Amino acid sequence: MTEAAAALNPAPSKLILTVNNIEVIYDHVILVLKGVSLEVPEGGIVALLGANGAGKSTTLKSISNLLRAERGEVTKGSIHFEGNQVDRLTPNDLVKQGVVQVMEGRHCFEHLTIEDNLLTGAYTRKDGRTAVQQDLDMVYNYFPRLRERRLSLAGYTSGGEQQMCAIGRALMSRPKMILLDEPSMGLAPQLVEEIFEIVKKLNETEGVSFLLAEQNTNVALRYADYGYILENGRVVLDGEAATLRDNEDVKEFYLGVSSAGRKSFRDVKHYKRRKRWLA
Amino acid sequence: MNASAIRNIGGWAIGVPLVIALLGFAFQGLASFNSSFFFAWPYFIEVLIAGLLQGVMYSLVALGFVLIFKASGIFNFAQGSMVLFAALTMVGFIEMGLHWTIAFAITAVVMALVAVGIERLVLRPLVNQPHIILFMSTIGIFYFLDGFGQTLWGSDIKVLDIGIPKTPMFVGKGMFEGGLLINSFDLVAAFVGAALVIALAVFFHYTRIGRALRAVADDHQAAMSIGIPLKTIWVVVWTAAGVVALVAGIMWGSKAGVQFSLALIALKALPVLILGGFTSIPGAIVGGLIIGSSEQLAEVFLGPLFGGAIQDWFAYMLALVFLLFRPQGLFGEKIIERI
Repeated sequence: MTEAAAALNPAPSKLILTVNNIEVIYDHVILVLKGVSLEVPEGGIVALLGANGAGKSTTLKSISNLLRAERGEVTKGSIHFEGNQVDRLTPNDLVKQGVVQVMEGRHCFEHLTIEDNLLTGAYTRKDGRTAVQQDLDMVYNYFPRLRERRLSLAGYTSGGEQQMCAIGRALMSRPKMILLDEPSMGLAPQLVEEIFEIVKKLNETEGVSFLLAEQNTNVALRYADYGYILENGRVVLDGEAATLRDNEDVKEFYLGVSSAGRKSFRDVKHYKRRKRWLA
Repeated sequence: MNASAIRNIGGWAIGVPLVIALLGFAFQGLASFNSSFFFAWPYFIEVLIAGLLQGVMYSLVALGFVLIFKASGIFNFAQGSMVLFAALTMVGFIEMGLHWTIAFAITAVVMALVAVGIERLVLRPLVNQPHIILFMSTIGIFYFLDGFGQTLWGSDIKVLDIGIPKTPMFVGKGMFEGGLLINSFDLVAAFVGAALVIALAVFFHYTRIGRALRAVADDHQAAMSIGIPLKTIWVVVWTAAGVVALVAGIMWGSKAGVQFSLALIALKALPVLILGGFTSIPGAIVGGLIIGSSEQLAEVFLGPLFGGAIQDWFAYMLALVFLLFRPQGLFGEKIIERI
């Protein structure tokens, strides 16, 4: 696949998504994002890292436009997908254009079978039954476990299977880009690894770009090409994944390793309060 | 079809006649002890059939509830007034001199417009609010439709006659002396109900929109995230509920006249839903049959014990018992809870 090969070495100018200095306000009063900018190259995997409440999910939701349903609003800045401004579109239009979000906490349709779950993912497609059936096979090939459980209700499957189901469901819309929110949530380390392996494989063979929000910095930085670190609604640091992994501050705050050896928790907190990264 | 489904069907096939026979013997025993009770097998069966057919009429109303509950998790309090509104509109058009088939088609379109209006003005601003808020808004819709229908078409009691035969018939003369008395109108209602259920079941399970409807029912947000447009889905489901309300309105209207009390038959749909489960279309039918037949049987054979008129409350008692032991109903989706 030449397309995928090209995607592996993206030219710096070929961006699939650009988020330009967006500000998000919930309920007209709560300022959550205070100017976040980021870029995703075509065929790249970009990680969005940060602690609880840093604004990772909000960033993803403002891209997929699920924000309005939660009474949030992008008040400043702009979002472009493949060069077109998309921040006024409905989620439905956006999926048609090729951006789909896998929500935090899986959100499978519990009372539908795994197969029906996957088929709902193809709702926006107009290219006929056979094409959908082919993609269903493709998803089953990526997630053999889903094939085994295709007739069980999604609500009765395990957390890992539900996460696979959610990713598979998103794939069924034939996306160019998947926004993946906390794929590791509540999963055993081994499963997290398995999920990320599949993400990498999808990225390489299907050419799907990924923007993923993660708290598990360690895993995310191993699989992503580039990372952004969010704190209190701002990007405080960004860089190539490898560079970030070697950054002293990232090591200390997010990976739990420090060059100075073990420290008392009190010292760490003190240190963190004094020295903040600024955007 | 797996083993448990076969076991289920087998259970019903044996269980239902067994329960009916046991009830019969119980009533027979009661009659032999106390002279104020009367029992005869043909009479028992006649009452049972009349009850079942009456139950189908309840099911028709309950179906509308199930549709909306399934797709949006909202208990639509306004279903009763939708029945009334649809029936009033239909009568209005017939009074203008239109043939009933044309009036039916126009009324169906009107119900679709009502659905669009409800989605635009009520549901859309309330996306992702707790269900209780949506439920409250349907109470508002109830009063609006109720008043609006009567403002448009007047509040007189009207006759709706689309030519369904109402003559009683006698069947099974060879089996019983004098045969069994069955109301042919109720029989027609049963066929209409069956047709409606089959159509809806096919729609829900084998079409793209039907699958999307079930998805929306489970999780609004997730459905949005994969590009299912909620507004389209809601318009579709409220339209479907509107058409079901129209059918129910026609059947009830031609049976009992089109008047305000039509809006209140929705109350009889409640125990039906509790028995059958709020999310199951077959459940609405079976629930209706059980409620209809048991309240008729209770009225006729147990009535003297309480001094009569137990038909009005028996269904609710039955529902209460069900709530205690099987809150999701006979066919309701199991409340899935992973531990």
